[in-house]
Amino acid sequence: MATSTLWQRCLTPRAHLPKRLTWIAGIGIWLLVIVLWSLVTYGGLVRSIFLPTPTAVLSTAVRMIGDGSLWQDIWASAQVVIYGFVLSSILAIPLGILMGSFRLVQALLDPLVNFMRYLPVTAFVPLLILWIGIGIEQRVTVIFFGIFFQQLVMIADVSRGVSQDLINASYTLGAKRRDVVAHVLFPACLPGAIDMLRVTMGWAWTFVVVAELVAADSGLGYISLKAMRGFQVDVIFLSIALIGLLGLMTDQCFRFLRARITSWAL
Amino acid sequence: MGTLTVPGPTIGVDSKDIHASAAPSPCLDIRDISLTFSSGSRSVTALEHISLQVPENEFAVIVGPSGCGKSSLLYLTAGLMAPTAGEIRVNDQRVTGPGADRGMVFQSYTLFPWLSVRDNVAFGLKRRRIRPAQRQEIVEQYLREVGLESFADAWPRQLSGGMMQRVAIARALANDPDILLMDEPFGALDSQTRLSMQQLLLDVWEHNSKTVLFVTHDIDEAILLADRIYVMSGRPGVICETIDVPLKRPRSSEVVMDASFIEIKRQILSRLHQHDD
Repeated sequence: MATSTLWQRCLTPRAHLPKRLTWIAGIGIWLLVIVLWSLVTYGGLVRSIFLPTPTAVLSTAVRMIGDGSLWQDIWASAQVVIYGFVLSSILAIPLGILMGSFRLVQALLDPLVNFMRYLPVTAFVPLLILWIGIGIEQRVTVIFFGIFFQQLVMIADVSRGVSQDLINASYTLGAKRRDVVAHVLFPACLPGAIDMLRVTMGWAWTFVVVAELVAADSGLGYISLKAMRGFQVDVIFLSIALIGLLGLMTDQCFRFLRARITSWAL
Repeated sequence: MGTLTVPGPTIGVDSKDIHASAAPSPCLDIRDISLTFSSGSRSVTALEHISLQVPENEFAVIVGPSGCGKSSLLYLTAGLMAPTAGEIRVNDQRVTGPGADRGMVFQSYTLFPWLSVRDNVAFGLKRRRIRPAQRQEIVEQYLREVGLESFADAWPRQLSGGMMQRVAIARALANDPDILLMDEPFGALDSQTRLSMQQLLLDVWEHNSKTVLFVTHDIDEAILLADRIYVMSGRPGVICETIDVPLKRPRSSEVVMDASFIEIKRQILSRLHQHDD
């Protein structure tokens, strides 16, 4: 399709487009959202008690940054996400690799994990409050239970997908069984593991809000709940936008990490 | 051939007890191997009563149609599978599992993608705890041997198929195995590359006297490379003919025009067709 016009290329499946155009499209969609938002709020189509104006959200952000409360709430949520996510990941990655590689581990864990991972973690929140209370431990536990079993299954699939030929080749080069785990299975699983982390990090942000809506005294979910009681839609909007922004940032971090650590995999 | 003339009961006896005879024992000794795959009530015999001996520094080639069990024989020798009956000995040691004494080059590309070319070649040396200085020397020697010293720091994904197989050969040889097992290593390459790889393998083999067991379905490749050809036919896999290749070495791809080359090819083809019926 060498002679096609730009417009034809836009309509051709998988055709390449100039980088500048994809940038413009990405920024354009945001401009569209903000323009529509401005139209319905400044134009008075929706009452400001339900939908705040962009400037109201911005001035709320400036005010809350000014008195320092915003940083506290961001840090409160981020802390819970980091603790729960790190704890879950450092257990799930090694265990998942073993689960995908050793039939015994799989036979032991499969029935339990596949039962657990279909239980919505939200159903456990009342139980967890009863057991652990309403401190940070409770919120960390919600995140842990929310993502651990999913991580386990995903990483086990990654490790099952490692080519048997690679394992056989390492044996014929003198590798012992533990070498195969440490020097073949683990590095071979690394790109898939980072992709898995990237996906489950998004879920962790979902669960932190759920946990904070139920029991917390700071955090982005908590200020949303408090704002609802005072009809402060601008604060709710701010909190949602911040979670999105933080998600975008962590996602970029994982992309960067993936490109740096596993540059060999493309 | 002491180990061969000794009657049955000595099988399984430790090799040190049967050193007395004069003839050197073969490097590879496959004794009456059978292999049966069974799933549920059905069972398929892949190999039946296969015996062959490869003397040291011989280039032995097994040629046969796909599915005849020739690759299975290689996997059994590597210790990656266990035979249903019979035993395999390499330098009088019974094969009970995989080991660095039997290097293998696979048909699929098996370079570790997370290691540079250099570290791929060093993989076996590291597992065997060879000192870094010596390791580096060996790695460079074999990269030079396959003509890839300038690609030492490249990732496998940056290499062509032929280059990857050259690294795989260097990686297997760097371990200095007693025998090199090759499972259709050039099967996935285009015909031009295959020709140059065959030549490279011949050169490397002349250089580093090495016992080789090479599996292929390509008759020309078999004759070009082999000292001795084992023709296999399938279901169940048996060796139906053994042919010595008297072509002079060093060889080049021009031997295909040689009269004895054509005679051997005719012999193999008629053998294989006979079994098709």
